[in-house]
Amino acid sequence: MVPEPFVVVDRRRDTADTCTLQLEPCAGAPLRFSPGQFTMLSAGGAGEVPISISGDPDRPERLVHTVRAVGLATAAICGGSPGARLGVRGPFGGPWPVAGIEGADVVVAAGGIGLAPLRPAILWLLARRERFGRLVLLYGGRAPDQLLYRDELGAWSERGLEAHVTVDSAGPEWLGHVGVVTRLVHRAGLDPARTVVMSCGPEVMMRFTVSALTECGVPRERIYASMERNMQCGIGHCGHCQLGPTLICRDGPVYRWSELEPWLAIREL
Amino acid sequence: MRTLEDVVAGAPLLAGLSRSHLGLIAGCGRNQRVDGGIYLLREGEPADRFFLIREGAVALEIHSPGRGAIIIETLHPGEMVGWSWLFAPYRWQLDGRTVEPTALVAFDGACLRGKCEADHELGYQLMSRFAANLVQRLQATRLQLLDVYGNDRALR
Repeated sequence: MVPEPFVVVDRRRDTADTCTLQLEPCAGAPLRFSPGQFTMLSAGGAGEVPISISGDPDRPERLVHTVRAVGLATAAICGGSPGARLGVRGPFGGPWPVAGIEGADVVVAAGGIGLAPLRPAILWLLARRERFGRLVLLYGGRAPDQLLYRDELGAWSERGLEAHVTVDSAGPEWLGHVGVVTRLVHRAGLDPARTVVMSCGPEVMMRFTVSALTECGVPRERIYASMERNMQCGIGHCGHCQLGPTLICRDGPVYRWSELEPWLAIREL
Repeated sequence: MRTLEDVVAGAPLLAGLSRSHLGLIAGCGRNQRVDGGIYLLREGEPADRFFLIREGAVALEIHSPGRGAIIIETLHPGEMVGWSWLFAPYRWQLDGRTVEPTALVAFDGACLRGKCEADHELGYQLMSRFAANLVQRLQATRLQLLDVYGNDRALR
């Protein structure tokens, strides 16, 4: 429960309100993690928040987090220049099912900052590219200047990722897709029998994406989603992140959609 | 070599239509190639045509004073461009611009409306399909209105 001190060694601004921090432990070993796990990050006096790890799981020397500044704690974390110290607890939660899906076509469906928790899975899959069928990224954002990792998308494509990117609106200089991410599902030409999906983004976006995927024949059992709720302790003690019978920090954040769906249908949860 | 009727039959929106109806629709169409950056539709102008995209892409735009053109949707191969030819007063409600060199089938709206009047089964089949497409695009527009990424929460 005691945060370990980490120091910010690099900070890159991704969008107007989002930055990617690289951290190193002030002492001790690097933090090894699996794709999909998160840490509890804290900035002195500003609070603690759950943030998914967005780095390369094969290169754990630096702990990488992409953080959107939307509140006191995240603004303080985002503002951490090189040399600043942050507290880290974790890693917590279970991983994306990357290890159990060899031979499958893998679809990564991300919305907005939801690409950050999927980046470790993308890097893990690309490092083992020959073990999988198609690797397809369906990524939706609000506008072109709010897309994450724009400088990496080209390199991922060269390594065998089919990247389909769309934005909700754009100016005439944008030559890519405009429209909601669900419309990319039909354009991707998926083979539902071979497809496994990992999705992260706003819950409503995931719901409609799953709807489009199931229309194409992808079974709910082969669709995984990363959930967020009010996680506070990170270790299943406080109960703030309860969803139905599960605690997201302990049992999630990654779930099969078929397990999640009954709980998401209860509006009070 | 594919005939225009074959091309029309391959459009997802027209899947399942009888050969005779596909022939009637194809009879109102002609192939067209357009460079990138060309406006196919202009808001307020007569909506006398609609298009099936074969290759390329078309951006639907709304012009906003002070902000210029805003792309609200792009359409891609297999998709139809234009509904306004179906409904009076037959005026475009958006601008439509080719994003890149684009191959299309351009259909004469008045020609097809006339055939629908003469053959109500064709009219029903066509209306059903365009209505389903309208619902899909309306649902997508509702999602865009939610601005889900702008309101995304802190985690991650």
